[in-house]
Amino acid sequence: MFGKLTIEALPLYSAIAAGGAAVTVGGALLVAIVLTWLKAWKYLWTDWLTSVDHKRIGIMYIVLALIMLLRGFVDAIMMRAQQAMALNAGGYLPPEHFDQIFSSHGTIMIFFMAMPFMTGLINLIMPLQIGTRDVAFPWLNAVSLWLSAAGAALVMVSLVIGKFSTAGWTGYPPYSGIEYNPGVGVDYWIWAILISGVGSTMSGINFVVTILKRRAPGMTLMRMTPFTWTALCASVLMAFAFPAITVACGLLALDRLAGMHFFTNAHGGNMMNYANLFWIWGHPEVYILILPAFGIFSEVVATFSRKRLFGYESLVYATAAIAILSFTVWLHHFFTMGSSANVNAFFGVTTMIIAVPTGVKVFNWLLTMYRGRIDFHPSMMWSIGFIVTFVIGGMTGVLLAIPPADFLMHNTTFLVAHFHNMIIPGVLFGYLAGYMFWFPKAFGFELNRGWGLASFWCWLIGFYLAFMPLYLLGLKGMPRRMETYNDPTWQPYLMVAALGAVVVLCGIASMVIQIYVSIRDRKLTEDRTGDPFDGRTLEWSTSSPPPPYNFAVIPTVGDREPFLEAKKNGTAYRRPASYAPIRIPSNTPAGVILGGFAFVLGFAIVWHIWWLVIVSAIVMFITVIARSSDDNAEFTLSAGEVKRMEDERFRQLGSRA
Amino acid sequence: MKLRGINWRGAMLAASVALLVGACDLKRAAVLDPKGPIALAERDLLFDAFCVMMIVIVPVIILTLWFAWRYRASNTSAQYAPTWANSVKIDAFVWSIPAIIVIALGVLLWRSTYKLDPYRPIENAGPAIEVQVVAQDWKWLFIYPEQGIAVVNQLAFPAGRPVSLRITSDTVMNSFYVPQLAGQIYAMAGMQTRLQLLADQPGKFVGRNSQYSGGGYSDQHFEVLSLSQGDFDAWVAKAKQAPGRLDAQTYPAQAAKSRAVPITYYSAIEPGLYDQIIAKYRHSGHTHTQNQGQGAGVPARR
Repeated sequence: MFGKLTIEALPLYSAIAAGGAAVTVGGALLVAIVLTWLKAWKYLWTDWLTSVDHKRIGIMYIVLALIMLLRGFVDAIMMRAQQAMALNAGGYLPPEHFDQIFSSHGTIMIFFMAMPFMTGLINLIMPLQIGTRDVAFPWLNAVSLWLSAAGAALVMVSLVIGKFSTAGWTGYPPYSGIEYNPGVGVDYWIWAILISGVGSTMSGINFVVTILKRRAPGMTLMRMTPFTWTALCASVLMAFAFPAITVACGLLALDRLAGMHFFTNAHGGNMMNYANLFWIWGHPEVYILILPAFGIFSEVVATFSRKRLFGYESLVYATAAIAILSFTVWLHHFFTMGSSANVNAFFGVTTMIIAVPTGVKVFNWLLTMYRGRIDFHPSMMWSIGFIVTFVIGGMTGVLLAIPPADFLMHNTTFLVAHFHNMIIPGVLFGYLAGYMFWFPKAFGFELNRGWGLASFWCWLIGFYLAFMPLYLLGLKGMPRRMETYNDPTWQPYLMVAALGAVVVLCGIASMVIQIYVSIRDRKLTEDRTGDPFDGRTLEWSTSSPPPPYNFAVIPTVGDREPFLEAKKNGTAYRRPASYAPIRIPSNTPAGVILGGFAFVLGFAIVWHIWWLVIVSAIVMFITVIARSSDDNAEFTLSAGEVKRMEDERFRQLGSRA
Repeated sequence: MKLRGINWRGAMLAASVALLVGACDLKRAAVLDPKGPIALAERDLLFDAFCVMMIVIVPVIILTLWFAWRYRASNTSAQYAPTWANSVKIDAFVWSIPAIIVIALGVLLWRSTYKLDPYRPIENAGPAIEVQVVAQDWKWLFIYPEQGIAVVNQLAFPAGRPVSLRITSDTVMNSFYVPQLAGQIYAMAGMQTRLQLLADQPGKFVGRNSQYSGGGYSDQHFEVLSLSQGDFDAWVAKAKQAPGRLDAQTYPAQAAKSRAVPITYYSAIEPGLYDQIIAKYRHSGHTHTQNQGQGAGVPARR
């Protein structure tokens, strides 16, 4: 009846594990109680959970990302605390708990923090920037969101029922195979990634089609915003790269569930095939995450330098070049697997070549600041902090790209410092810059600047304190993922790193306070025009938050910075002669139902509850068929209704003086 | 020089002392303090590439901070060119500078990757001593086929003589890592990888597994001893006195999961034991085409 699931699955084996479970369950209960108290369930269901509006889906993605950022950070600070005190078998974590933590930290930060944050920002902004009313496939978009949420929920549930994987976020076999890891941990990891990975593939396809087919008249490819360009390249990568990890995890699942031998030690299996498949996804994934962040930096630097972006064409070609090259470098993740010098040298050189377009981008941002009028908005600070810090990470990346140098530093904390040096200042600072930049667009009021700056400084200083010691420890030969160690000279560095994590904690606390203060003071920072930062591109031409249809009349574009141009010409905020009725996709519970049962499906497979697997698969199938054969998937907003909403908008605009 | 109760002079003094101590400590950092020609060449590569990149990294950091300050909104005396966004000359410059640096580093990379290929025997240093390495849960077994002995968690060899390692795993993927002598390479079951190393002087170094392999991973380190020829002979003689023997019967108990295993000597080994460890993962199912070239996946002599 319950497969492998018994009462033993509860984490009562250690106080820390039980505490983690209690916090998770308690947090979920608290949210439920607050929602009930606010009588917000119905509003949440009708206006949000069943929504297919790209803006709401984008916001829900970002909420998911921020929640998972907290969880991932708790993992991080627990690891830093353990290593700071772990000399000679010290430390506070029960055996093998550390191993679950580093596995869930990486899995969460990549798949359930960075991916949803990126997908959310693209969802929220890209359709506005290309002047369309929604993505090409609004329902598919909702399905993608709820599949991502299902994957995240599986990881969270592993805290409460059973254990999570100890195989690291990369899940290398044969360690992750059934012979060495018979528990449910690796299965949780596999199904969380498989389910959310399907969602990411569909998001990629959705965005590519949207950008290629739904641009406003006059918006040629070379008039698209840099963020849309990077979103396009990242989406192409998503559509092509994610199937590789889906296949890799699928084969690993077959090894584990069906006794097959794709990656086992014996019977013809070969772990090296997994490493290749994983990183054929894994390296493009790095660029899936960072390209949209590059796009955000481009927008932010131009807007807050009050200047046109320097070298737009260069930037576009550099983006496209990075996207293509990203598929040619995966082997640099395992130079130490014993490939011949020919192979290693080839992949080392391709890796270095990527540094060229990346370097070009850095120069372009610099030259955009040159002769500008720089406003140190938090988003701009994230961007400046990014440039200064990111070049250091790029430099250590090139060092690791030299195979013989990689032999010295692979798998050490130097490597850990390197990729955090790319992902935190590169990816996360970019997303946070975008979050603070576009927040008023989503909600109609600005985020508090002071707390934003406080958060930036804490993150930046905390980052340096946390990761510079890890670079040095790598030079001292400390391998990654050590629960304890016996070298006393490592400990001072690890203590500084732990201090860095505490400073980052202050940065996260500042973000939470910023949200509270900004909501409290929302009347003071209300954005009545829809254009709080003297924006340049189309998303600023509509109201904040935008109406469900985004643009009452689809704009016609004649410039790379169409809204700035319109403001100069005096054609901005011009009331159209008449309005036409607008078709809008109807809300549907199908997305959230599909995601919910995908979660049940994953959970049932993890615990071998086969009848439940069949039931949830049938429900999912019926949901898809039912929604796909629904002929009333759209409704019409009459011209009168549109006019009423637009009149309200112009009344607000009129009162801004 | 007090500000809000903080003694800045004292704080700066403390910080400088900490930095100085850190710098002295780093001089002995394993990667920066190589004890053999392979690790030395790898480290020099690191330094060379680092210096070449500083040509561009340092100016970029300085320019970023300088531009941010110089063109701050409140500095109205700075020039403002809101529509200046193109320059063919600058485009050519920003593409060619990184390209030139990458070409220079690419040449360095290509040559060094061949020179420091871990499968390539060390030249001009005399005949190598052969050691077979088996990664186990959670320890390292070193088999000396010429001497007929085996040791757990200690790798000894004569200083100045090349050591040629054949490496496999009898468990999950491990990575054999001796930062001061050779860097690292993966150890994988049913397969063999190679690594060459040489220690210039007698000395004692640390070796580790750097690829997470389960519960005992943190304790899976071993001692690397570079000895004078006389000491090495004595070391072999001592191992020959050990009571334990390693053969098909005793091997499974030795290989069974164990943590923080003390150094253990085996006075005799069954010939071909290492090959059997590899072969046991290959006896069933499809076997790969075998050639004696380079690359992972090439099994040992059968």
